[in-house]
Amino acid sequence: MELYELTIHELHELLKSRKASAVEAVKGCLDRIKTTDAKVNSFITITAEEALKSAEDADRRIATGDLHALTGIPLALKDIFVTRGIRTTCASKMLADYIPPYDSTSWLKLKECGAVMLGKLNQDEFAMGSSCENSAFGPTKNPWNLECIPGGSSGGSAAAVAAQQATATLGTDTGGSIRQPASHCGCVGLKPTYGRVSRYGVIAYASSLDQVGPLTRDVTDAAIMLGAIAGHDPLDSTSVEMPVPDYTKALLPDVKGMKIALPKEYFIEGLDPDVQKVMENAIETYRRLGAEIVEITLPHTDYAVACYYLIATAEASSNLARYEGVRFGHRAAEAKNLLEMFMKTRSEGFGPEVKRRIMLGTYALSSGYYDAYYLKAQKVRTLIMQDFLQAFENVDVILTPVAPTPAFRIGEKVNDPLQMYLSDIFTIPVNLAGTCGISVPAGMSRDGLPIGLQLVGRPFGEEAIIHAAYAFEQATEWCKQKTKL
Amino acid sequence: MKISREDVEKVAVLARLELSSDEISALTGQMDAILSYVDKLNELETDHIVPTAHAVPLENAFRVDEIRPSIGAENALFSAPDRVNDFFRVPKVIE
Repeated sequence: MELYELTIHELHELLKSRKASAVEAVKGCLDRIKTTDAKVNSFITITAEEALKSAEDADRRIATGDLHALTGIPLALKDIFVTRGIRTTCASKMLADYIPPYDSTSWLKLKECGAVMLGKLNQDEFAMGSSCENSAFGPTKNPWNLECIPGGSSGGSAAAVAAQQATATLGTDTGGSIRQPASHCGCVGLKPTYGRVSRYGVIAYASSLDQVGPLTRDVTDAAIMLGAIAGHDPLDSTSVEMPVPDYTKALLPDVKGMKIALPKEYFIEGLDPDVQKVMENAIETYRRLGAEIVEITLPHTDYAVACYYLIATAEASSNLARYEGVRFGHRAAEAKNLLEMFMKTRSEGFGPEVKRRIMLGTYALSSGYYDAYYLKAQKVRTLIMQDFLQAFENVDVILTPVAPTPAFRIGEKVNDPLQMYLSDIFTIPVNLAGTCGISVPAGMSRDGLPIGLQLVGRPFGEEAIIHAAYAFEQATEWCKQKTKL
Repeated sequence: MKISREDVEKVAVLARLELSSDEISALTGQMDAILSYVDKLNELETDHIVPTAHAVPLENAFRVDEIRPSIGAENALFSAPDRVNDFFRVPKVIE
């Protein structure tokens, strides 16, 4: 077994007992990146020199016995997290040369634990996309089949874990951007409750929906990562002052009596037959483990995508107004006046999907349309949220598919934005409700592509979904599947 | 049609985007399809529903009004596309 194949907790045991060093682990990952990334394209920036230096620091820390579960662990970050002195592009031409003067809170917390950063990962530009095709640095490929998308927007974060380039990664999830790529690449992806993890230093897309979370090889690693990044941050006024539990205490194999709900709106005609089969097997597994399976209804599910694409684009159009070429980022050459500079800078710096969403959001917020579109969507959001809160009065977790199909082919949906948006149909409602969800490997398609299941918990109920996910993982072998890359 | 070519041109100016004629044509069709799709929200009666801006019910977050260190002019100007001394330089604003 190579060091780069291990989980966080497996590598931690070797580091703690001095059977391996952080320098060896980091070198192993850097070599692996070298041999695989020409094919996968997970990384936008590789920080080899800095990584080796932090690995040496980690080894010195380990020698003193003062180690955290993440000390010396090689990680990588979606390129949406600002990193002091290290280029942060958000996969956009707009920020192709941007060197931030500060660190995001999530990365700072991981760094304080002694984690090592290997580099910055590819994504859809400004996190807008479901396939990782909207990157100014070329698409990331799915390590299970290089002709398929890895999912998005945290496609590089999922592909790097699946391709064994990094032990674990950080992503962000606005409408499914952690859970959907995790499902497509066969890893675990956790989207915490809105407010659980600080968004400080995360380049903003849709601020009422964005949330930070880990992509890992198993559920134990997800619990370790969440514990490290969760908590109130005075620099993010939307982060919540609530104690952070020890999430590893929720890693329990016994789900006897747990009430697991199947929302009938998620098990519809037209679900891909492979996904259907995987879900049936998962339900059977939970039944065998003694969970109580109940059917529920989330009646406003069908309105979630429409609601999301108004709220998210409206917030995006406002957030992305900051890119005007004055203070940082790209600036168009030879503009005659300030307005021309703004217009040319933005037209040159943004890709087609970003322009599309800014346009849609600007329209939805514009005079005469605000009530009909944006306000209407915010009201429907209330109904969607109430669906979940009512359901959680009677059940512990909700079980659904992550995506309606396994990973699709590169190029398949690029010309039909609406079809692309509908691939997030099962993940978007969780963001609108502001609650938490996890994607866990649950099977394979007949074409050899991974398929995940989604467990949704009540707000700040991460322990329940970690518990349910861990029980499933322990009862099955799907998390142990590896790509032949 | 939910949106016309002229509407798209007007929105582009509001969004500070200079779009080519081809981009305007493509966006007119795509935005029309998306806006027709989101029309389904009107199937729901929402007159008495309170809108949700934020999923987590938070009151205003106050902090003590005291001076704290900031990143400073040099750091703030580090990534500036164009600068003079401690200022960002931009094209002429007033003709």
